[in-house]
Amino acid sequence: MTDKTHPQEELARRLLGPAGPELGCDECFEELDRYVELELARGGDANAAVPGMRAHLDGCPACQEDYASLRALVEAEA
Amino acid sequence: MSEAVRDCELRGGHAGHVTLRPLVRAQKIRTAAGERSEGWIDELRSDGAERDDAIGRLHALLLRAARFEVMRRARFVPHLRGGDLDDVALQSANDALVAVLAKLDRFRGQSRFTTWAYKFALLEAAVKVRRLAWQGREIPLEPTEWPRFADSGSSPHAQTERGERLGEISRAIDTELTPHQREVLVALALNEVPIDVLAERLGTTRGALYKTLHDARRKLRRALDPEEERGQADD
Repeated sequence: MTDKTHPQEELARRLLGPAGPELGCDECFEELDRYVELELARGGDANAAVPGMRAHLDGCPACQEDYASLRALVEAEA
Repeated sequence: MSEAVRDCELRGGHAGHVTLRPLVRAQKIRTAAGERSEGWIDELRSDGAERDDAIGRLHALLLRAARFEVMRRARFVPHLRGGDLDDVALQSANDALVAVLAKLDRFRGQSRFTTWAYKFALLEAAVKVRRLAWQGREIPLEPTEWPRFADSGSSPHAQTERGERLGEISRAIDTELTPHQREVLVALALNEVPIDVLAERLGTTRGALYKTLHDARRKLRRALDPEEERGQADD
């Protein structure tokens, strides 16, 4: 999805950030393990269980990277 | 620090560098407590040899997670060699171990203990690699020049629209934000400085910087699309 986004649109997205409520970095870290396991669980609705997480991951590259790493590690361990 | 942890350092650390492996996929982590989070907590809260053993296993688990993260990011620090990378992983695991033991009471059992513990090692390793990647580099806080984009595949109308949008954002940055908000937004969102790196240089925290970024972005959205932003705020 983001691969096809025009660089100017991507820059505008980074500058304006996600609309709507989002977690902060500290709350994101607190919830990250639960969120990842819910995502990987069958039938788990991580975004409903942790409101504001997806928006924060869209707006914070560092937390997005941390999320991607944790998810990849847990998947590798499965 | 327990004897178990010291032993881990000697085996895996400076005394003999361990070759980093690209993936842990084939190295499933075995623990005496198995997948039972309660087992981990009980053992880490016990005394004597049982606790030392649990701490040693926890350190090994954190070290594996830290190596996993360091390998994912190794391309950002091409000046570091394998031994240096392994030192980063070891230091990350050590710091994560301290953090995990200090925060055991905050483990709520809403995930497996191992998943909860992993995130500390991944965070420590990611922050260290980001800082190493930016070591000695100047942090650009001003938009010296807005990036130019090749736009051969777009219609003239689309090009004009995107250019106008960025122009509006640029003007709003100048008129709507405080100097601090402007610096933080420009560094993080325009110049893509990692937030941990900027936090270290400015002597603040990642959470505080993101709050500043969040407030700045909200001001910009309000300036550009007042109705839409008001609707979001009312939700």
